[in-house]
Amino acid sequence: MSRQSLTKAHAKISELTWEPTFATPATRFGTDYTFEKAPKKDPLKQIMRSYFPMEEEKDNRVFGAMDGAVRGNMFRQVQQRWLEWQKLFLSIIPFPEISAARAMPMAIDAVPNPEIHNGLAVQMIDEVRHSTIQMNLKKLYMNQYIDPAGFDMTEKAFANNYAGTIGRQFGEGFITGDAITAANIYLTVVAETAFTNTLFVAMPDEAAANGDYLLPTVFHSVQSDESRHISNGYSILLMALADERNRPLLERDLRYAWWNNHCVVDAAIGTFIEYGTKDRRKDRESYAEMWRRWIYDDYYRSYLLPLEKYGLTIPHDLVEEAWNRITNKGYVHEVARFFATGWPVNYWRIDTMTDTDFEWFEEKYPGWYGKYGKWWESYNRLAYPGRNKPIAFEDVGYQYPHRCWTCMVPALIREDMVVEKVDDQWRTYCSETCYWTDAVAFRSEYEGRETPNMGRLTGFREWETLHHDKDLADIVKDLGYVRDDGKTLIGQPHLDLDPQKMWTLDDIRGNTFMSPNVLLNEMSDAERAAHVAEYRANGTKVA
Amino acid sequence: MADITDQKTRSFPKLEFTDSEAGALDFPSSKSRTYNYYKPAKLRATMYEDVTVDVQPDPDRHLTQGWIYGFGDGPGGYPKEWTKAQSSNWHTFLDPNEEWEQTIYRNNSAVVRQVNLCLENAKRAGAYANWNHAWVAFIQRNLGAWMHAENGIALHVFTSIQRSAPTNMINNAVAVAAAHKMRFAQDLALYNLDLSEAGIDFDGAAHRDVWQNAPEWQPTRRTVEELTAVGDWAELTFATNIVFEQLVGQLFRSELVMQIAARNGDYITPTIVGTGENDYARDLAASRNLFQLLVRDEQHGAANKELFAQWLSTWVPKCLAAAHALQPIWSQPAEKTITFATSLDAAKDKFRTLLEEIGLDIPKELDQ
Repeated sequence: MSRQSLTKAHAKISELTWEPTFATPATRFGTDYTFEKAPKKDPLKQIMRSYFPMEEEKDNRVFGAMDGAVRGNMFRQVQQRWLEWQKLFLSIIPFPEISAARAMPMAIDAVPNPEIHNGLAVQMIDEVRHSTIQMNLKKLYMNQYIDPAGFDMTEKAFANNYAGTIGRQFGEGFITGDAITAANIYLTVVAETAFTNTLFVAMPDEAAANGDYLLPTVFHSVQSDESRHISNGYSILLMALADERNRPLLERDLRYAWWNNHCVVDAAIGTFIEYGTKDRRKDRESYAEMWRRWIYDDYYRSYLLPLEKYGLTIPHDLVEEAWNRITNKGYVHEVARFFATGWPVNYWRIDTMTDTDFEWFEEKYPGWYGKYGKWWESYNRLAYPGRNKPIAFEDVGYQYPHRCWTCMVPALIREDMVVEKVDDQWRTYCSETCYWTDAVAFRSEYEGRETPNMGRLTGFREWETLHHDKDLADIVKDLGYVRDDGKTLIGQPHLDLDPQKMWTLDDIRGNTFMSPNVLLNEMSDAERAAHVAEYRANGTKVA
Repeated sequence: MADITDQKTRSFPKLEFTDSEAGALDFPSSKSRTYNYYKPAKLRATMYEDVTVDVQPDPDRHLTQGWIYGFGDGPGGYPKEWTKAQSSNWHTFLDPNEEWEQTIYRNNSAVVRQVNLCLENAKRAGAYANWNHAWVAFIQRNLGAWMHAENGIALHVFTSIQRSAPTNMINNAVAVAAAHKMRFAQDLALYNLDLSEAGIDFDGAAHRDVWQNAPEWQPTRRTVEELTAVGDWAELTFATNIVFEQLVGQLFRSELVMQIAARNGDYITPTIVGTGENDYARDLAASRNLFQLLVRDEQHGAANKELFAQWLSTWVPKCLAAAHALQPIWSQPAEKTITFATSLDAAKDKFRTLLEEIGLDIPKELDQ
């Protein structure tokens, strides 16, 4: 279709809308934003007549590559270290994708611009595509990869696992609360515009370096739809900016959305890329370097900063602090160590680290070995059952962390942990911003203004509470993370598939698991103050 | 000749053979190669089930921590209270069309190719030149008005619903229905554009006034707008796909346009409208299955049946009023090959059959 006929066709399609006079569409999902003064912004044009064949062609390429991968024995060269982490990643990501589809009517309800409704409805179909194409990729992995355990219980594991829950806010955040906060700022302006770069471009790049070219095939195909979504989000953002009353809400939501995306996505993708790879070339970009390129330069400098010309205060401090956490505070390394500490309650295996890995980390993150090397050497030493407990129950100088009530990644940068009594409960937060999110942002009033549509933090937010004071073997069994012999764990702290070297329920029985938050709330004020001081001092006794 | 002495050494990852193929070793779960967290409807799981079931979690199934975000005025996720209909297990519903991304794009692309080919052939053959004035006016006014209904249902009925139902299977089926409606509405609009450029006396802008003001179309517009105002997702699905589409949509598309176009020298319109009919047949199959399940639900079937009877008593009169208001358009074509009464009887018969299949009583309003 020529550009001229495309423009004409799009103009024609816009004639399909009308101003209702008998009844107006139900407003199922409210917003505290207002669009009364908003100019109508027209997003990227898309016509179904060209959309369906375009996507079909993209699909044909994806499915052709999948056939080729199987015929070409791709799994002869796939690194298990890499593919194990896909058991976690691919259990999470189809839900945020389908949630993005579900978010579209929220944006349609909230934004009175028929021009944009069309684009949002097309995005809905894209997201159904993404969710199901990713489920299908995972099915191929389950069928073709040496160890299907973990892939085989994927959606159940996603729904009952501590890490799955961290990932779940990436989807629930799209579909809950204020329609614009959720479906526009959190989903499109931040998650899709900023973080899909690391999710769908940087990570697949690393997959290819580990012998897996199907992840890039599928996720680059997914990413090619994102430019339209980014355009949808930007159009709504500009409309919101037209009304001064929206500014405090936009600034609130940018702070929340930016920080939560950083906490969640950088934790997960940073770990997959840094600890899931066997590619230790010194000139291979680290996650920090990728982040600098994709997030700091491409998003922050090219997308966020120009918004200042509209008078919007953008969260410079939080962008810098995210960078600081990644480069100076060891955020990704702390998360990886936490995942590895919790290996018995994982549904994927985590490889031990070698001298080559140590050298690479030291090169990319100077000081890494001094801070984390000894722990990973302990992890290697304690990898096999028989002579020791799982590492979480051995004294290796690591205190099991408190969970952040907001982002649900633990408070791993211990000196930054915030402890406050909120809603009559002692809660821990990984950072001041996560505390602010719970105590200030997600409330029915913000800066003296009623915000009845803002969401609430709900649910059993500390995963450990559900399993408090239970035997580890019973927890693993209840979660279903046991292989088909009824005793061998799915999660293992190494990649050796020799059954004699794999941990069983019997090997982990006798270890009682305690919830840090339950214990914190049982403490006296003095005990709690001492405990928190000790925790903030990196888990060592305060002199 | 290029100087190759000063080129940088390229850096690339080393290929390593890891023997990580399925079957390389025997160990616990090495043969566990099916999704084991749900029970497929038949012995072997379908592709559709594997890529759809449980992707939207449910606290009644595996979701142990519950929904971690809530709305300002109520719980988050997909509360079952968002409809008055009840089910002892919403997850029983599976889309009979088994739609997932590959079927969505294959099927719709096939329709796009069919429509494009048809329109290209029509242009090449000068097919519109022989239309009589009455038929041109009929298409200009009535098909032009109808495309608004399709678009409104796409964006404000089906797109809306797919946020609300308690399972991924229901929501995905409805999302596909939204895609169908959107494509069909656009196809009609672009057909309208073709006609306005075909060198015949066709006013491509007339549709707006007809939809907005023509008396015969106002009850239809009113019903569509009232549908979009319904908050209960199951009522919205029921009122749209079971009632409105039968008594108004099919009446117009199947029982009028498809029946009379050929006699009026038009072989193009039925090809395009037929794709909408095909979409509806697929989407109806999903809705029929859903409401059948709800009526047959051992625990809630009786209450659901009563509820659906209420919905019928609300929506059948509205849709019949819309249908009756359309009666004058049966007289507009030069070749009047079918009467309004015949068309309406046919639509009512199909509607009765559908209600019987679902297990519902025929509402008395249908005979009024």
